[in-house]
Parts: sequence; structure tokens; C-alpha cells
Amino acid sequence: MIEKKCREILDKYHREKGNVISILQDMQESFGYIREDAVNWFSERLNIPASNFYGVATFYAQFYLRPRGENIITGCCGTACHVKGSAPIINRLREHLAIPEGEDTSRDGKFTIESVACVGACSIAPVFIVNKKVFGKMTVDRVPEMIKEIS
Amino acid sequence: MSDRKLKITINGIEAACEKDETILQVARRVGVRIPTLCHDDRLEPYGGCRLCIVHVRGVPRPLSACTTPVADNMAVTTETNTIRRIRKNLIELLLSNHPNDCMRCEKTGDCALQDLSYEYGVDGSRFEGEKWNLPVREANPFIRYEPNKCILCGRCVRICNEVVMAGTIDLTGRGFHAMPDTAFGKPRTLENCEFCGQCVSTCPTGALTDKKSIGKGRAYEMKKVRTTCGYCGTGCNLDLNVKDGRVVKVTSAYDAPVNHGNLCIKGRYGYDFIHSFERIKSPLIRKGMKFVTASWDEALEVVASRFKALLKKYGPDAVGAFSSSRCTNEENFLLAKWVRTSLRSNNVDNCARV
Amino acid sequence: MVNDNSLKDLVIRVCVGTGGLAAGSQEVIDEFNKALAARKVRAAVRKKCVGKTGCRGFCAKDVLVDVVRNGKTFTYQLVSPDKVNRIVEEHIISGNPVDEWLVGPDYHAFHDRQTKILLKQCGQIDPEDITAYIAIGGYEGAKKALSLDPFEVIDVVRTSGLRGRGGAGFLTGLKWEFCHKSREKTKYIICNADEGDPGAFMDRSIIEGNPHSVIEGMIIGGYAVGANYGYIYIRAEYPLAIQRLRTAIREAEKKGFLGKNVFKSGFDFDIRIKEGAGAFICGEETALIASIEGERGLPRPKPPFPVVRGLWGKPTVINNVETLSNLPSILTKGASWFSSIGTAKSKGTKVFALTGKIKNTGLIEVPMGISLKEIIYDIGGGMEKTNRRLKAVQTGGPSGGCIPASHIDMPVDYESLISIGSMMGSGGMVVMDDTTCMVDMARFFLTFTGNESCGKCIPCRVGTKRMLEILTRITEGRGKEGDIDLLMELGTDIKLSSLCGLGQSAPNPVLSTINFFRDEYEAHIKDGICPARVCKSLRRYTVSAELCRMCGKCFRACPSGAVIWEKKQKAVIDKEKCIKCGACYDACPFGSIL
Repeated sequence: MIEKKCREILDKYHREKGNVISILQDMQESFGYIREDAVNWFSERLNIPASNFYGVATFYAQFYLRPRGENIITGCCGTACHVKGSAPIINRLREHLAIPEGEDTSRDGKFTIESVACVGACSIAPVFIVNKKVFGKMTVDRVPEMIKEIS
Repeated sequence: MSDRKLKITINGIEAACEKDETILQVARRVGVRIPTLCHDDRLEPYGGCRLCIVHVRGVPRPLSACTTPVADNMAVTTETNTIRRIRKNLIELLLSNHPNDCMRCEKTGDCALQDLSYEYGVDGSRFEGEKWNLPVREANPFIRYEPNKCILCGRCVRICNEVVMAGTIDLTGRGFHAMPDTAFGKPRTLENCEFCGQCVSTCPTGALTDKKSIGKGRAYEMKKVRTTCGYCGTGCNLDLNVKDGRVVKVTSAYDAPVNHGNLCIKGRYGYDFIHSFERIKSPLIRKGMKFVTASWDEALEVVASRFKALLKKYGPDAVGAFSSSRCTNEENFLLAKWVRTSLRSNNVDNCARV
Repeated sequence: MVNDNSLKDLVIRVCVGTGGLAAGSQEVIDEFNKALAARKVRAAVRKKCVGKTGCRGFCAKDVLVDVVRNGKTFTYQLVSPDKVNRIVEEHIISGNPVDEWLVGPDYHAFHDRQTKILLKQCGQIDPEDITAYIAIGGYEGAKKALSLDPFEVIDVVRTSGLRGRGGAGFLTGLKWEFCHKSREKTKYIICNADEGDPGAFMDRSIIEGNPHSVIEGMIIGGYAVGANYGYIYIRAEYPLAIQRLRTAIREAEKKGFLGKNVFKSGFDFDIRIKEGAGAFICGEETALIASIEGERGLPRPKPPFPVVRGLWGKPTVINNVETLSNLPSILTKGASWFSSIGTAKSKGTKVFALTGKIKNTGLIEVPMGISLKEIIYDIGGGMEKTNRRLKAVQTGGPSGGCIPASHIDMPVDYESLISIGSMMGSGGMVVMDDTTCMVDMARFFLTFTGNESCGKCIPCRVGTKRMLEILTRITEGRGKEGDIDLLMELGTDIKLSSLCGLGQSAPNPVLSTINFFRDEYEAHIKDGICPARVCKSLRRYTVSAELCRMCGKCFRACPSGAVIWEKKQKAVIDKEKCIKCGACYDACPFGSIL
């Protein structure tokens, strides 16, 4: 499965000098993120160390090393939101979306939870942003409703 | 000296030099010291640490001596008040993101950062702020990596890619959080690392250390005994680091004629046999099914008598000798001469052939 | 009734720059086509009369639509799909322009005071149609160049006085001459379209509005220096610009303007597009080269300069988008025409992205040497809020510095900007009024450069981080005696010792704000006050008993329960519980939170 896509990318770039970034860009396009197995696949075939791919992928902001969900939920962790209880809401969200411990994306790849420093909307704390839509004065109870609205 | 084409002055000292030389190379040749951290003679100039900046007459901005090629009539000053202040600040900035635990650091006494901090009299306390707090990586037998002590000189990465060409590590991330690492931060294994320890050899701080030598002694307590590596025919120079009569570490000096300070996994880490209780220290002669300890005289006597017997019974073509490419030319010549005159055989060869 | 004759030359132009598209220009185009088809106008005109144009700069009033009839142009502003039917009905069918939707005097003021060379065609021609560019004299400059000797081309560019528009302002002709001199067989020319300054979008607009001018510039440059290969390094964040460049390259290849034997002159020239992957540092030329080579974008020490050893070790000329798109008209109109515009050392025009607390924001093109005053008041229409006064202007983005209101008569050219501690940069121009905190401003830019530092050299990697920490401390009310001196010492040394342009200019926003607004820094540190009332931690919130209308909005907004209020009672703020988030301040409709 990944082999077929990798092969297509390789055919496109294998003659090109300096193709690491282009390969990574296409890899992300195909898989949604930079996959370790795909990097190793290219590393073997092009005789370019995997560390080199990894170094490039971590340098540029465009690349993600973990799969990202179709929907991005951003929780504000500024002082006001923290005071108003953003942490329990994040926990409830993780539970609701069955996001495994230590990960930030749900198994089905539908949701990614991220937290940011203050978004500057303290008067409606706690604030959550889902795909650019702002949800203010969030509560634990409103979590299912919020998820329903996106999916 | 007469064929050198350009003339420059460094701190007023006239130096003749060639077109492709850098300011740093010429300065070192004429005995002017310029501090460096990211420079290693084995590597391409990098220009990252900025400590080697010098003032060049007519240029408003200081230039890094390690990367700037000389030009005719260039006048270089290696230390001005401004440059001294900048160097102090650079060292302070490094120390502001450093554990500063020299008391228990393996590298104490042999650390470029420690030496510079002493020389410039700074401790980094003026800049308080975020410090790295990353776990030590040592899930392998040879190399201990403490990222918190890394100063991002890039020497480990460059030696791994430019000299060893193993590509085990590369710089990852960027800005304040950039650091050398393996692909996907995986532990070093024989899959991704040669364990040559070249990265350790070039690391100017305690970020990369030889795991086997940890706690075995300070650099200044060790007597360095120069010898030649016993593993292959390349003939690398080793410095056995000896403390209290025991070899606790192996290093190599840049002036080693064959290997210029480079070593492989065997030369650098394969010294356990020296103090092994299983090590054979005297000749053994097989008696029946057993090996029995013997003196050199006894052993040589056995060898000589067996050669004689073989020659008498089968003639000179039945015997031969094979010498090591680790032997000197003179030694090889002697062996060939001995085989041809004493054994009267032409069967003599050397492993350098393979 | 539709009069066939009067509609013969009907043209409707809709702005489809990124700004226009975001404002809904595609929907407007669709609506026009629908409305015209419904009234059988299209049939009467018998040609595609709804055209697309690139950005015309006045993004504040998007979507902008031109209706051209009988040679007369009427421009509508803020057009939305629901306005289209009325425009078609009243203006196109009946011949009575809808006056209330036409652009006002500020549109004309905005445009009339500019000198448009590069932006002239942006907003007039369809960027996806090469014939439109050729029709206005496009590719004549390249043809002219290829009829000359490469050295003659360099001579024209050198005498024109054109300087690089990307930052440092190096003489383009001189750069070319260095590269031309190299005897290497393979050379490259790179178009730097990695425009990364926050708030700057000059290059994007030029490419979106007139991509062929950039390609033509590259042909001229490639021919002059002897490069047969061109790269355009463009940020992936500019999908529309990339798409238009691809279309433009394809069309130019079809016409024989690119590829083997360009204009049958014997000169071969190919252009490839390389998409950046999100790193501001790659706008630095040696880092850009590393990135094209597929590596981490780490700058390399200069010397050797790229013109000697650049891409793949070969001599390489790197020019910015704006620089390149100046070339066609320099070639066709001549060096003396170009050098007649501008000042003694800064020739031609410069495109700026005018933003901030100013009335008319957008993209402007002005002659070098114009005063800041003219830009702000004549083109920009003055301050956004009439009760606010101009405090400073920031140029050069994160590499530049601020110019205080007292220097408003200063001419805008390379030398003047540098003399005041700022720089031309790529052309961001942010206008600030007295509600802008200069410490916060410096912190904003340093956050940006700190995040974008590649990490190769110590001063930039650790130095900008420490400077940012000091600034953050100051804005949070934890500033210390000596912090200003420490910032200045550190800033000076980072500038002197950094490896590349990013580090060498990163402290500029801090140093220049200290230079002109030291009192503001001191107010933060010594008095614990942010004079512009921006730094939230330094605010002390109290309720004015006189102004409070007892509505309780502050009480409901407060996340920490610090507002004490009951119905028909004036609110009071408990300082112990207050976390200084400013929610009450934002919520109060009467301005009674002080």
C-alpha cells in the first residue's frame, strides 16, 4: 500500500538532484504526515541517510511527524482559560474522541487536539477553536454538542 | 616559504600564504591562537560558533577566521575590545543553556567550553532563561549523549557525514531547539550506527562521551601512550589513555600520520582484551590435548625444530611464511630474507595483498 | 433594450488576487456571467467580457470591479454577488452607473499619488493569459536584451542604478557582472520569491497579477549572466501565485520564449519552480541555495559569495521578484528613463505593503525618495482613527526598525532608512499610533525571528532567545534595572557576530525602539506602567465609579471572580483575585474600566 505510493514518488524524483524536500512534500501529501517507514524506504533506495530526511523534515514548518486529524481542535491554555477549567474539558474531549494516552490524534484520524497559549479572548474563557470556528464559555457538558457540530 | 604568493599580517606579524588558505590556518601556522569551538581540522569550515571572529582592516563587520580566505595585504587583528566583548557574550550565551555541572562532568579538564569560560572569566549568570532539560541517551554500549551539554557546533554531525559517511545523526529541529539526533530520535544500534566514536572524538564538550570510560579518571590524570592499532593493516596511531597502569580509554591525535585522529569501532572501543583475565600472555605449547604454558625459548625451539623436520621430510616448498601488513617494511624485508635464505623457500606473502 | 453597438467594447474586470478571492471575487465573477447570460448580453458581445485581474493594491475595499464601456472605466468597490444584478441592470443595460457603489475619493487619492511601473499592469491584465501581456508590450524587453551582447545588457542595468529590492540593496548590475565574469560553463539564476516578512505581500501580488514580468526579467538576467537554468523559489503558502507561475511558464514555453533557442536567438533557458517548505530563513540567499539542494536551510558563510560558488557549487545570481520585474521596462524604456525616477542613490520605485493603524491599507508603489508624510497622509489617507496621533512607522519587517513621527519628513530610500537604524527590507510598512506599545512591538518581531532562527550560529540561536526573554519580562512587569543596557549590549553583539542577514538584523526592532522610545522601556521597568496600555500584566484595573452604569457585563466576563457586583450596584475589582486578563476592560460598553 505505502510501497505503491512511494514508488510513484520515487519515479517522479529519483533523477533529480536535491530531491529530499520534494520527496517529503509528496510524502506528506500522500500520507498526511512524514512516516518513518516511508522515510526508511526512500533512504534505502536513494542511499540518503534516514537522519538526513528527518533533519530536513524537522527543520521546515510545513512537515508533520505525526498524523493530523481532519479536524483540528485547539484548546486555549492561557491563564483565564486555565482558571475557568480548560484542562478538564481537554480531558473530556480526549476521552470522548478516544485519543490514546500520549497522542494528540484520534485513532480514526478524524480529530487532532492541540493547545495554544492565550488566544486573547479571555472574556469568553474557556475558549476552544474547531477548524477556525470559536467556541466560547465551553463546559464539559457541551463537549458532545461541539463534536456533533463538526462531524 | 618563497613559493607562497600572498602576504598578510596577523597582529602585525607578516605571513606569507597561499590563495586557498583561511585566516585561521595562517594564524595557526604563525603561532597566533584564535579560539574556536566548531572547528576541527578534519572537517570543512562551518562558521557556526563565531568565536573565531577577527577584525580585518577596512571591513566594518568582524569576519570568522575559519571560513574567510586570505587576500593579499589583508591586515588581521585577532583581538580587539569589541571582539573580546563579543566572545565573552557568546560564551556566556552558551553557558546560559548549559547544566554547568563541571564538578561531576566527564569532560572536566578536557572541555573547550570550560577552558574558554575560564579564559574569558564568564559564567553565564547574566542571562537567565529557558534551559534545555532533555534526558540522557545511553541505550547502547559505547556512546553516551547528554543533549543538555550540546552547544550545536555541529562537529558530531559533520564528522559522521563528511568523514565516516555513516549518516547516523543529523541536526534536527531549528532555532533554540535545534539539536543533533538520529532519525526519529531512535536509539543507536548497529542498524543505524557504526559505533566508531568519531562523534565523541570531536565533541568539544561533555555532550558526547565514551560510555566505557565514564568515572575512570580525568583527562589530566591519564598518561597517553602512543602505539599503533593491532587490528588491521591501516596502521592507525592510538593513544592509550593509561591511569594506574590500566588502559581506560583510547584516543587518537590529529597529528597521527595515517589516521589524523580518526579511529574505527575496533581501534577506539576494542581494548577490553588488554586487561582480560582470559588474555594469553605467554606462549602455549600443545601437549596431547592440552596447551601448556612455556617460555619464549621453549616455544621458539619447538617452532624451529618442527620447521627443520618439515624441510627435511618434504623440502622447502612445503613451508612458507605470511607476514602482517602491520609490520614495518624492514620487518617484512627481514621475514622475506629469512624465508628465502634460511628456509630456502619462495613461499612468502603479506596480508596487505588482500 | 440591449444596444449591440454600445456593448461591443464592454469589459468587466474583477480582481482575483488572494485578497480578492478571500473577499469572494470568484462568486462575483460567476454572478456576472450568470446575469449577463440571462440577459443575453454575452451573445450580443460575442466574446468573453468578464475578465480576471491581479491585485490592484486597495485590498481594504475588495471585491473591486471595473466596468469599461465606450472607453470609460467605472470602478465599483465592496462588490458582493447580491450587488451584481443591479450593476448589470442599471449600468450595463440602461447605461446609468450605480453611483452609490462606485469607489470614493480615497480610492483615487490612493492611486493618483503613486507611481506605478510594476503594479501598472496588475489589475489591468488577465494574469493567466500571455496574449494579454504581449498586447501591452510584454516580452519586448527580453527580445531587446537578446539582441544585445550580454555585457551591454549588464551595462544598461548598471547605469539604470537598479538595486536589489529584497533587502540589502546591492546594485543588480554589479552582481550580474561578478557572475558574468566567471568562466564556469553552468550558471544559475534564481528568483527569490520566498517572501516571509509578516504583513508583506508585494511579491505575491506581483506574481499573481503579472507573472510574465517576472519570467521576462529572469530571461533577461539569465541571458546577461550566462545562465541557462532558472529557479523560482517560492513559498508553498502562495498556492495561487504558484499556479499562475506554472501557467505562465507553460504558455511562455509554448510561444518559444522559454526552452531551447529563446526568440530564435540561440540562447537556451529553462525555469523550474521550487516550493519552499516553511522557513523564513530561506529568504537568505545561501540558505535558499541549501534549500533548493534539498537540505536544511542553513546559511553558508560568505565569502565565497553565490556569484562565485552558489547552487551546486556553480556561480549563481539571486534576484528578488520585484527586482526582476523591473527589468523589462528598463530594457524597453532605457536606463536613463529608470534613473530619472528616485533619488541620487536609490533609483526607480518601491512597492510597499502599507498596513497598521492607517485609513487606506494596501499595496502601494511610490518613487524612491518620497517622504513618509506623503505616503501616510496623501496615499494612506491619514490615521485610521482621527483622534489618534501617529507615533512611528516600522519598515523592513523583523529586520527593520521604527521611524518616529518626528522624522516623518525623511525621504524613503536605502541610505536614509539605514541611517536611522531601519532598512528598506522587502517592503513592509506598518503605521503605529499612540495605542501601540513599542516594547510589545519589539517583542512581537523578536518572537518571529527567534522562531525562524535556523540555530546554526550562537548569537542568533541563543542571543535572540535571551533578548526575547528579557523583553517578555519587561512587558510582564518583571523588568530589572540594567535590562535596557543588557538588551543593547546583546543586540549590538548579535548584529556584529551573526553568520547571516537574519541574525545581523534581528535586533534592529529592539535597538531602534530603545533608541527612540527609551522612556517607554523605562516606564515599563521603573514605574510598572505600559504607557500605551497594551501590556496586560502592567495594567491595574479599577472601575470608575463615575462612569459605571452597573450593567454587570464586567462581572460576567471576569474568569477569575475578581469583579464584585450585584444588581444596581457599581462594580469593584478585587486586586488579589485579578489575573489581569483584561476581559472586563474588553466587555465594558461604557469605558468605565480604567
